[in-house]
Amino acid sequence: MKHYFRAAFRDIIDGLLATDVWMTLAWQEVRQRYRRSLLGPFWLTISTGAMLLAMGPLYGRLLGQQIGAYFPYLAIGFVVWQLLAGLTNESCFAFTAAEGYIRNIKLPLTVHVMRVIWRNLIIFVHNFVIVLLVFAVFVGEVTWRLVEVPLGVLVILLNAIWAGLLLGLLCARFRDIPQIVASLVQVAFFLTPILWRSDMLGRNEWAAKVNPYYHFVEIVRQPLLGASASQESWAAVAAVTIVGFSAAFLMFARFRARIPYWV
Amino acid sequence: MAEIVARDIVVDFPIYGTQSRSLKKALVRAATGGAIARDANERVIVRALDHISLELHEGDRVALIGHNGSGKSTLLRVLAGAYEPVAGELRIKGRVASMLSIALGMDFESTGYENIHLQGILFGMSKDTINKKIDEIAEFTELGDYLSMPLRTYSSGMAMRIAFAVATSIDPEIILMDEWIGVGDAHFMDKANARLDEFVRRAGLLVLASHSQELLRRVCNTAVLLDRGKIVCVGGVDEVIGRYGAL
Repeated sequence: MKHYFRAAFRDIIDGLLATDVWMTLAWQEVRQRYRRSLLGPFWLTISTGAMLLAMGPLYGRLLGQQIGAYFPYLAIGFVVWQLLAGLTNESCFAFTAAEGYIRNIKLPLTVHVMRVIWRNLIIFVHNFVIVLLVFAVFVGEVTWRLVEVPLGVLVILLNAIWAGLLLGLLCARFRDIPQIVASLVQVAFFLTPILWRSDMLGRNEWAAKVNPYYHFVEIVRQPLLGASASQESWAAVAAVTIVGFSAAFLMFARFRARIPYWV
Repeated sequence: MAEIVARDIVVDFPIYGTQSRSLKKALVRAATGGAIARDANERVIVRALDHISLELHEGDRVALIGHNGSGKSTLLRVLAGAYEPVAGELRIKGRVASMLSIALGMDFESTGYENIHLQGILFGMSKDTINKKIDEIAEFTELGDYLSMPLRTYSSGMAMRIAFAVATSIDPEIILMDEWIGVGDAHFMDKANARLDEFVRRAGLLVLASHSQELLRRVCNTAVLLDRGKIVCVGGVDEVIGRYGAL
């Protein structure tokens, strides 16, 4: 039993340290996707921007919101959501998509999780241009609170490690989980306060707050809107991080050696 | 000193149909106490390696001989560290280079130079090491200005030259090879063979699986005969090839 834990721990540490490998592979994948296009990954920025320009006024009107306050709320939340959704969905393929590597060369399995995370971070940084624009136009006030933004992103990425290990493993064994996850993520978009605010639910606000995605969005969105995320959100995020890592580590320790046989 | 010690290594492959890969089926199985879906739960297991024990030392050039499906490639993957055996003990001393799939990760939209970097990193080289070796690698490929062009403009032989040149530029102590990795046209093949010979000479230990008896006689000094996941015999190359013929 002890051997399992030690090997899993080694895999995670070695994987994290192999920065050259995962950064190179992730960059290569992003470039591959956009290679002969002029704007490259900025196409994503443009499509996100176009979507927000269309949705902002529409939903602002539907929900009777002041556009000046609603638009930055929506735009920032949406860009953060795309990071969360991308990480969740692509975590499912962390190992199955790396089948060739896993079966032929010795690399820590965590490398493949880090590669998914780095690829999504690269895309997020491109999309973040929108956040900066929106911030400059609608908010503009630079305060010390903004240091909470990179901290929030870092916490999201940290959680993506356990999510990648756990989902990657489960999806390697059970091939219909990626479909289940994709549908759940789609539903979660509407259930998470991005288009709407949690306080619009009134007495039923708890329905937003039991959703862990909400708190992950909040820790990045609030400081950009000039406030701090609530202690409640940070507490929820901390709890998810601890429980997630514990569960993922146990599963990974138990089944790590089986993954090459599954992919 | 390179060394491989394997004791009673067992590798089982679970064969999953779509039935046992489905979460829904697994849940139904759990919910129904396994009565309804029991058939689906009877996994087929293929024993690819059956209690393999081996001791290989510095200076050994080991030929792996056996029919298709005898476990040669699986054994190489176990030695490469990709598959962990389900039972047994494996001790490896020395840096291992797996030549099992040298073109792994090549990207056809990237240039030749970019692919050299990519391959180098997958073979465990640091960026500095790659930069030090890149001129030598580029020169060996004889691809010249082509190296600044995307790989998709290459013929398959040209692309393989890059994979080959990078793979043979590292300095491992143990080399694992599934068939001799030759490349190129007649002129390049001689050059490649000379480089490969030198590459193998530098390493302390070679394990080579091949069906070419002529090659095994030329390169190897000891041989292991595998059949259905078991070791039949270990000995001199000629002797083992003789046993293989009688199998």
